[in-house]
Amino acid sequence: MSAQITRTLDLKGLSCPLPIVKTAQAIRKLQSGDLIEALATDPGSVPDFEAWCTTTGNELVEQSEADDVFRFVIRKK
Amino acid sequence: MTTLNITRQIDARGMPCPGPLMSLIGAIREGQVGDVIEVLSSDTGSRTDIPAWLAKAGHELVEVAEEDGFTRFVVRKAR
Amino acid sequence: MPARVAVLGGGVGGTLVANLLDKALGREARVSVIDPTGMHHYQPGYLYVALGQANGRWLVRDERSLLRRDVDLIIDRAIRIHPEAGTVQLERGASVEWDYLVIATGARLMHDRIPGLVEGAFGFYSLEDAQRLREELRRFRGGRILVGIGGIPYKCPPAPVEFVFMLEEYLRKCGVRDRSSVTLLSPLNRAFTIESASKVIQPILEQRGIELTTFFNVEQVDPSAHTVTSIEGEKAEYDLLVLVPPHQGQSVVTDSDLGDPGGWLPTDRLTLQVKDRERMFAMGDGTDLPISKSGSTAHFEAPVVASRIASLVRGGAPKTNYGGRVMCFLETGNRKATALRFDYEHPPTPPKPSTIWHAAKWMFNRVYWETVPQGRIPEAPRRRRGGNR
Repeated sequence: MSAQITRTLDLKGLSCPLPIVKTAQAIRKLQSGDLIEALATDPGSVPDFEAWCTTTGNELVEQSEADDVFRFVIRKK
Repeated sequence: MTTLNITRQIDARGMPCPGPLMSLIGAIREGQVGDVIEVLSSDTGSRTDIPAWLAKAGHELVEVAEEDGFTRFVVRKAR
Repeated sequence: MPARVAVLGGGVGGTLVANLLDKALGREARVSVIDPTGMHHYQPGYLYVALGQANGRWLVRDERSLLRRDVDLIIDRAIRIHPEAGTVQLERGASVEWDYLVIATGARLMHDRIPGLVEGAFGFYSLEDAQRLREELRRFRGGRILVGIGGIPYKCPPAPVEFVFMLEEYLRKCGVRDRSSVTLLSPLNRAFTIESASKVIQPILEQRGIELTTFFNVEQVDPSAHTVTSIEGEKAEYDLLVLVPPHQGQSVVTDSDLGDPGGWLPTDRLTLQVKDRERMFAMGDGTDLPISKSGSTAHFEAPVVASRIASLVRGGAPKTNYGGRVMCFLETGNRKATALRFDYEHPPTPPKPSTIWHAAKWMFNRVYWETVPQGRIPEAPRRRRGGNR
């Protein structure tokens, strides 16, 4: 996956549901098709992002974990 | 009866929360020095509460008038 | 051709009015809610998050899940309202046409307006602030806590009083109460806005050893000296400062030249129409009415706005007025609460705090998501001693 990420959000240290709340705020300013990257440490963010993407129709393109940081790449609908 | 240019009118009759004094403080905070604010209050406590705060905060009580079932206060933001 | 109704804001007011309009008008109208994030917050919950009593997860849901199927949801920010043209411009470029507009955009928090507040104070008026305060309280080992008001008007006048009661209980549970003091800095000459409620509250503050400073309207904070100064010229020292931030109407209102100096919409107290605009209505926290900025106000205003718009759509004369009805709980700690119920004609007569009202508040917290935004709480006013509607 080599497409460019338009915006990265550092949400480390924030407790759920703040990571998806802040992502929802930031994604509004992007164009359809843009990619946004969110980095979070709260394990609850994994089900949160999955559920939020399903409900909103934004695509969860990538999800990974390294060194206790969860990384989500989302494509705006 | 003074004829003044009223900058802002607050009709707080029948609205006990946040109440006439609280609404007046908000209008003073949001306004400019020299603003003239008229507050209508059906709360009898305002007759002592409003002048007490004005004295402490240093604003001018221009007029108090008893009307039918309410009191009209005219206040000037002095600082 | 269906009437087009645009609702700005997907909070409790906007969601409820959209659902009621869709219920009342069906195919006679196309209702759209425009909201910047599409996430609906149950704001009364922030207090519990701050005190470690609830997880923020419980407070936020997708707006789409609260709206009836035929109500459109547009996730975008309204940036300009054009009353004559009957349009609203959105941030991403689209323009939405409306025949009737409901402005339920609420209030925004302006932390920057009090010098030193951002660096020096904590709060609980947003999810982020509540979580930050929770972390700070977990680290708190004793000291002087001040709770004050950074601007007027502000949402939920009971909240700072509830906070000091619940905070005092929290400190006891953590075993740091004897090393701490809690002071409520009130803008007025008493603990609470409503005099009859204040008479009930003040003895409880005294019993719990919570101090009260009166006529203290916060002007600025000095984060290095740990002091807070009032517009009345007084200064107080703190180890931990919790402030209600200044509030303002949303920028779309000011940018459209529709608001007063605070950005609040001039609104008729009975019809809820925006002043001089027959097809525009305002409700909830964003109006200039000197009434409580509370969820219950928006909740009771919504049926009036929906009914009036429905009458207009059908070519009839609107008859329903808003009677000023508000209903708020006030938690006094130790599993007790009182209730503040009033309208334009009936002043409040708050009952002595009891476990019944505490249970009622908790029940409301739990059933909110399934009932309030969808209009499932019946509107019939309860009959009370001393009068009826």
